[in-house]
Amino acid sequence: MARQKIQSVSKVEATVDRLYEELGSRVNAVSTNSCPIDVALGFVRLCHSQSCGKCTPCRVGLGQLATLIESVLDGEANLKTIDLIEKTAESIYLSADCAIGYEAANMVLVSVRGFREDFEAHVKNGKCMCHFDRPVPCVTRCPANVDIPGYIALAAAGRPEDAVRQIRKDNPFPTACALICEHPCENYCRRQMIDDPINIRGIKRFVCDNAGKVPAPECMPSTGKKIAIIGGGPSGLTCAYYLQLMGHQTTVFEEKKHLGGMLRYGIPNYRLPRVRLQEDIDCILSTGVDVKLNTRISSVDELKKLAEDYDALYIAIGAHKDKKVGLENEDADGVISAVEMLKAIGDDEYPDYSGKKVLVIGGGNVAMDCTRTAIRANAEKVSVVYRRRIADMTALEEEIFGAQAEGAEILELVAPSRIEKDENGKLKGLWVKDQMISEFKRGRPTPKDSSNGEYLIECDVLVVAIGQAIDSDKFAEYGLPRKWDQIDADGFAMIAGMDGVFSGGDCATGPATVIKAIAAGKAAAANIDEYLGFNHIIQSGVDVPSARIYDRKPCGRVNMKEEEANIRNKSFEPFEKGMSYEEAMQEANRCLRCDHFGYGCFEGGRISKW
Amino acid sequence: MERLAAACNNTVQEGMVVYTNSPKVISSRKATLELILSEHEYSCATCSRSGNCQLQTLAEEFGLSTDIYKKKVRKIEWNKNFPLIRDNEKCIKCMRCIQICNKVQSLGIWDVCGTGARTTVDVKGGLDIEKADCAACGQCITHCPVGALHERDDKNTLYEALADKNKIKIVQVAPAVRAAWGEELGLSPEDATMEKMGEALRQIGFDYVFDTNFSADLTIMEEGSEFLQRLSDKEHNKFPMFTSCCPGWVRFIKTQYPDMIPQLSTAKSPQQMFGAVVKSYFAEKIGRDPKDIISVSVMPCVAKKAEAEYETMGDETRGQDVDIVLTTRELIKLIKAANINISTLEDKPLDDPLSDGTGAAVIFGTTGGVMEAALRSAYFLATGENPDVDAFKAVRGYHKGWNEAEYDIKGTKIKCAVASGLGNTRELIEAIRRGEVSYDFVEIMACPGGCAGGGGQPIHPFEMFDERGERLRRLDYNNPVRFSHENPSVNKLYSEYLIKPLGEKSHHLLHTDHNAYSVK
Repeated sequence: MARQKIQSVSKVEATVDRLYEELGSRVNAVSTNSCPIDVALGFVRLCHSQSCGKCTPCRVGLGQLATLIESVLDGEANLKTIDLIEKTAESIYLSADCAIGYEAANMVLVSVRGFREDFEAHVKNGKCMCHFDRPVPCVTRCPANVDIPGYIALAAAGRPEDAVRQIRKDNPFPTACALICEHPCENYCRRQMIDDPINIRGIKRFVCDNAGKVPAPECMPSTGKKIAIIGGGPSGLTCAYYLQLMGHQTTVFEEKKHLGGMLRYGIPNYRLPRVRLQEDIDCILSTGVDVKLNTRISSVDELKKLAEDYDALYIAIGAHKDKKVGLENEDADGVISAVEMLKAIGDDEYPDYSGKKVLVIGGGNVAMDCTRTAIRANAEKVSVVYRRRIADMTALEEEIFGAQAEGAEILELVAPSRIEKDENGKLKGLWVKDQMISEFKRGRPTPKDSSNGEYLIECDVLVVAIGQAIDSDKFAEYGLPRKWDQIDADGFAMIAGMDGVFSGGDCATGPATVIKAIAAGKAAAANIDEYLGFNHIIQSGVDVPSARIYDRKPCGRVNMKEEEANIRNKSFEPFEKGMSYEEAMQEANRCLRCDHFGYGCFEGGRISKW
Repeated sequence: MERLAAACNNTVQEGMVVYTNSPKVISSRKATLELILSEHEYSCATCSRSGNCQLQTLAEEFGLSTDIYKKKVRKIEWNKNFPLIRDNEKCIKCMRCIQICNKVQSLGIWDVCGTGARTTVDVKGGLDIEKADCAACGQCITHCPVGALHERDDKNTLYEALADKNKIKIVQVAPAVRAAWGEELGLSPEDATMEKMGEALRQIGFDYVFDTNFSADLTIMEEGSEFLQRLSDKEHNKFPMFTSCCPGWVRFIKTQYPDMIPQLSTAKSPQQMFGAVVKSYFAEKIGRDPKDIISVSVMPCVAKKAEAEYETMGDETRGQDVDIVLTTRELIKLIKAANINISTLEDKPLDDPLSDGTGAAVIFGTTGGVMEAALRSAYFLATGENPDVDAFKAVRGYHKGWNEAEYDIKGTKIKCAVASGLGNTRELIEAIRRGEVSYDFVEIMACPGGCAGGGGQPIHPFEMFDERGERLRRLDYNNPVRFSHENPSVNKLYSEYLIKPLGEKSHHLLHTDHNAYSVK
């Protein structure tokens, strides 16, 4: 007689596991603006199905909560019902014996407190007023609303030039974005309900690599209006491009030697080769943008003069100022900021760290850029210190893995405490303290000092990559409102009380992604056009092929390959390899064409002009 | 392919092989229909669309069962006084109403509301329908496959009125009704004469059966004269002048372009002119108090129900010009309910004195007709001689956009445009407002193809306005009198009562201030 069974997975368990897995990807693809109360109801129902049934609060309570929430949805509730939902949830939270019950109730509490106004609106209107208006998830989640299914269809149809035109309708940096966009679109791609998100950036790269030189569209007739743009980064240049197309004359004032902003002065060549960036910039400039390089607008008087001489002003100065870590001896020789390091590279001054130990402080993408740059600058050893865990780093996973593969060590849960320098003021190393991860504060687990003592990590170069600040003082002096160091522009890139002055990009939001800066430049262009009394329409003139009908069977996602780590880490040359023709076609045909199937065909499918 | 392609969302293309009758398709259609039925209130016995319902037909064809899925029907409250009624319980969410209102009529009154299981069609923005800028054109009704959208049923009000022995019951019938009423009664267009319809209406209980064609001619006299008057004072008038006979269009301009209301002709619509004449001139003729008259109209239209109720469409002594407005569909039901055997009816003439109508009047029921009729008479009024009767045919016909033509009336160039369908109308008005085009006189009808395709007409799963328009054109062609100013009864009305177009009495009875009433 056997007395212990080896655990095995039954068919039922395996199937339920699959259901949960599918649910997970569905939740990931959450791009619809479903009714929040309906979502809460679905959540409670699922939780209720998990109840073991032992305790009354969970067994009965979750069911009653579901009934109450449903009555709100059906317009059969009153304001007291909402109170009852809250009271019941609170009591279940307090009294259920295990997390299945109390955490379910807790989430109901979070819901009823998080969107109480939605509950109340349902009660008051006697119906749900929610409206489905995000039919195409990727387009909705792209800050610039690039027509992603459109250009993927064009790629699949073998029309890369038209694909580039279609992208440029909303984003004049197709090549730069093909190489370095953070692709928020992919996170919400509906394809992950079947297998994995489409490799959207990969397809974009394929079309940009294969389209050759695609000329910009013709500019509309001249309006005689002049617009000054301060800052030649992605936001400023985007704004300039669309304003030129609309027939206005723009002048871009750039303080550095080259255009491109953070695309050039923040992102290293191995990720975004200068020559590729230049392709986008050349196309933008071909529309007739007037550029003043090495021109810093550095006084209130200069700003006043610009406001007088031009019909409108767009301020897109980015976030190019160092942030200090605030440690003792930060002035030591050998301590540099990420901004300084990447700026020098932007001007083609590459460092040589031969024989040196480099330490990087920070956990974002810029920290990874500095790390991988230091490796390529021939450093003897490169390490990263980060206060939290690797899993908590804000850098993209592929950047972290890439840095590690190229030979960097990431020291997690290590907090800098002070900098050690020698009698000549030269950097000797960084004193650090080990951390332990602990309780959540503001939704994130926070580190605290562990009982291990302080210790020194020796280094010759210390790169501080803990974020960038905005050089906005003179703009404040000129009269622009600020929030901290950010220029306080609204969602239309407009500034309250400052007619004709617009601002957007990193300087108005704090350091963010390239595509967000581009989106701000696009919105600013539209709103400046409107402000000047025009209603110019931007469209691509490209006909998107209609969606083909075939079963979208599960098929793996094609990822792009990279050069071997121990070869690429010696060179600043790009290492990502674009898709082959076959890979790009397979990937493009995985697209579900949400612009056609489902709600997309009905309302709000393709935004063909703006 | 393993999965099926949704026919509603995928168009057939060259080279495609499509199986529409495979076992997979049939069983899946059946299941979908049963799901639709599970949230449809199938009260066919009392439904206005029973017998003309695509769901009912399919249910019969597929032999659907109603006991497979639990029935879950949701009710949404609705203002039953509004001429347009929506029953959520019957809506199958095909969303054709949204499409026709958005894409053809450009008003977007309907929208998808709610998400998930509760997704339904409702008035955009959660508004009440009477506050929603609805033109009440009724195109959503004629494109609804089931009975979820219908006009307010005024038949019971009519039955009550008919039962009142102390009242004189008169009815007028609009031009476009004659082109469509036979469709659901098994009559060929040749047999579906106005005279037979008149007989049927008498059998239903009306004392007098008149023809709105009479007041269409009257409208031409007033509106044509008004146009010439405005034209003679170009400095003080804004152009184009717009026709005002279509209440859907009038509702549209009042909510969408209120600054252009002064450009509407002040002439009332033929329906309202008729009512006003019946309750004044005609009441005097028969020696009765206007308030003893029940003035009924049969219209191809839903907006006419709203129009008849505006406060300026009547006065204290005579009451409302028109008391009850029925659609062509309601007329057909009245005839069916009265068990009238149409084939036995004789072609007896309509009643005197308000039944004379010219060929110019009958084409009021189709796009371009009002303009053509107006130009025929304007030419005469301006020059004293008749033009070639078919000189103005360039403005006929429905298509995307609008028709335009320029005519020379003895040295005066008149640029005119004609649009039907409110989407086309919006395009035309926007072009006028942008200064891209300019006209002297513009005819608008809210429904595509004009009243022939009106929201109150019989419903088919295909468009009928072209064919009905042709029927009206033939009636014009065959009419010996084709100029409104040659209508003997209209001329008599002027000589006996009104004196002259735009005179004092006309002003009081036949014109209105379009700013003096609200459509909301």
